Amino acid sequence: MPVERFEGHFTGRTPEEVEDEVKKGVMLTTLDRAVSWARKQSMWPATFGLACCAIEMMSAGAGRYDLSRWGMELFRASPRQADLMIVAGRVSQKMAPVLRRVYDQMVEPKWVVSMGVCASAGGMFTNYAIVQGVDTIVPVDIYVPGCPPKPEMLMFGILKLHEKVRTTGTIR
Amino acid sequence: MATGQEMGAARDELQGVPRQIRDRVTGEVRRETMIINMGPQHPSTHGVLRLLLELDGETVIRCKPIVGYLHTGIEKNTEYRTWVQGVAYVTRADYLSPFFNELAYCLAVERLLGIEAPPRAQVLRVLLCELNRIASHLVWVATGGMELGAVSVMLYGFRERELILDIFEAVTGLRMNHSYIRPGGVIMDLPPGGTQMIAKFLDTMPARIDDYERLLNKNPIWVERNVGVGKLSAEDALALGVTGPILRSAGVPIDLRKDEPYSGYETYDFDVPVRTEADAYARYVIRIAEMRESLKIVEQALERLTEPGPVMVEDPKVGWPVKLSVGPDGIGNDEGYLRHIMEESMEALIHHFKMVTQGVRVPEGEVYQAVESPRGELGMYVVSANEHRPYRVHIRDPSFANLQAVPTMVEGGLIADAVAVIASLDPVLGGVDR
Amino acid sequence: MKPAELAIRIGDHFPDAFLAREEVTVLVGRDELIDVLLRLRDQPDLSFGFLSSVTATDHPGKDPRFWVVYELRSVAHAHRLRVKVGLPDDDPHVPSVTPLFPTADWHERETWDLFGIVFDGHPDLDRILLPDDWEGHPLRKDEELGGVGTQYHGAFIPPVDERTMP
Repeated sequence: MPVERFEGHFTGRTPEEVEDEVKKGVMLTTLDRAVSWARKQSMWPATFGLACCAIEMMSAGAGRYDLSRWGMELFRASPRQADLMIVAGRVSQKMAPVLRRVYDQMVEPKWVVSMGVCASAGGMFTNYAIVQGVDTIVPVDIYVPGCPPKPEMLMFGILKLHEKVRTTGTIR
Repeated sequence: MATGQEMGAARDELQGVPRQIRDRVTGEVRRETMIINMGPQHPSTHGVLRLLLELDGETVIRCKPIVGYLHTGIEKNTEYRTWVQGVAYVTRADYLSPFFNELAYCLAVERLLGIEAPPRAQVLRVLLCELNRIASHLVWVATGGMELGAVSVMLYGFRERELILDIFEAVTGLRMNHSYIRPGGVIMDLPPGGTQMIAKFLDTMPARIDDYERLLNKNPIWVERNVGVGKLSAEDALALGVTGPILRSAGVPIDLRKDEPYSGYETYDFDVPVRTEADAYARYVIRIAEMRESLKIVEQALERLTEPGPVMVEDPKVGWPVKLSVGPDGIGNDEGYLRHIMEESMEALIHHFKMVTQGVRVPEGEVYQAVESPRGELGMYVVSANEHRPYRVHIRDPSFANLQAVPTMVEGGLIADAVAVIASLDPVLGGVDR
Repeated sequence: MKPAELAIRIGDHFPDAFLAREEVTVLVGRDELIDVLLRLRDQPDLSFGFLSSVTATDHPGKDPRFWVVYELRSVAHAHRLRVKVGLPDDDPHVPSVTPLFPTADWHERETWDLFGIVFDGHPDLDRILLPDDWEGHPLRKDEELGGVGTQYHGAFIPPVDERTMP
């Protein structure tokens, strides 16, 4: 069966993945790929900047490290309009219910990037006040370490997420 | 179409009259108010600040700020770490001015130890602190502008800030939360080419500040949203413990760099901008002027860095044992020293081990050291019990006291002005909640 | 006024004043706290009208167990003073200074939140930094730091306050 390729676009799939797609049928795979491509192409983050990592996230959205190259400069304040929640900063015990609520208010499909070591694992603050990793509250797709991570590290994490979204089939 | 004056008059009229509704059941007329919650996740509250507002139409009747959504337990953590590790904790409190947190803490520890940092270290501290002040004010103008609708100011502010963060990265290895100022001095000297980098920044920055002024000073929307908004008189400010640009906008010329100088500030020539209108526009003018004054101080500090010298105190019981410098991989290192402790001298290895794992033992006592951070008086109350770790570190954060003034400034105004007021206060919730 | 001169001037009025590391500290009992602060504020050569911070330290096993620390500053003369009030373990009450210094509102709430020291007469003594339903006062020395241990490749590292090695 001929494997489809876009002009000049490296698809990067293994033979097993191609086999899977063939089983689903040509029509659905094309639609699947198109939808996944569209989803990752302009993923809107929700503003969830908490502490120091928020400033680096803002720097990532600003002029030099430009998130708008991937259509992501539009940080939506309303979780209903956002696809991606970048938890940027330390999550305190008082903030944890708010985090869960905002995550619940987001509409499917949604992804979570845990930015910084404080969000990923509690960071340097192993104490009573900080939630030791937001994956205890919300399911996390990508962990970006750093204290704070440089905007380039955050972009690398976001690109990995794009890759994950693009290769994850969602239509059965 | 109504003119600006007519609209203003209509607005004044509306503000005085509460909306009245007649109860359908009992027939009595009462005022209808609405309680809404702003935050903690909100694009305009400068961090995780929650405001409970009671509104009558668009007028704020009551306002209650609720904080604590970023409480990190920094003060408790410092009691379990060595004195030098305390710097890494304390620097993340007010995360937009990390050098100031470190400076206040290290000055307090040095006072407890009874030592003074070498002159070159003091000049480096002043230089980096003033660059940090400019960077913090740039974030303020960027986010404040964005919250009031001037979105392009956000991009310009962060563009200039990137220039400063490049300098920080070259000097300290990190863009934020540097842990660069340590008790006894600073951890590394300037890299080769550092002075040229800072000089180049000094050449480009004044024109950029002119750009900000040209963009915002006479912009009708900026003026309309900031002039007369958030008035706080001098007596109210002092009673509420407010310091920094907000106090100076009310005519009180308190600046700890002039009144209680530290780290050699009395030898630098700079002015302290003071205004009397006490509104948000005055605070904007003051912060822009402070950026220019900081450039002056940086220039003077740069001139004093021509002579080489030690940057860490020489006392082997206090000073950091190794003289680091940022290598090409961005990590601080010292090859000759590594060879010395690993191959040549056992005593040096033991001494290095003790200094890094246990650190200095600070004599008993308590000290309160205050510095002038971009937001006001940043104080550290440090208590030692003659151990290798602090007994108590309390951070007197300026934003913690400044936020208490929010109800006074917001009540009676429009809800849109609440955003302008908080923007003009420039709170950093990391310091408020610690 | 320089610290040494201030120490002498304060020492004339208050017996328990001492000078250490260029700072003047005055120890007062909790019953005379409000009077002392009023005198310090109203005397023209002292005029300590600005309260920088209110905090506390905990010394379990000693008497007094808690020391509540007030950092005062004078706007007119640019000098500082520290006032300390000692509180016993079983009765950590101290009068609130919010009638004199409105800024003490949040500082006292924080001290109550983290130490459990009750400020009598405070308009709204609630938790401010921790969630409203939190139990305990974390900054007391007998409370744990909290946090979880780390497991990595077979090695277990306990949380910070349980570690024996630095």
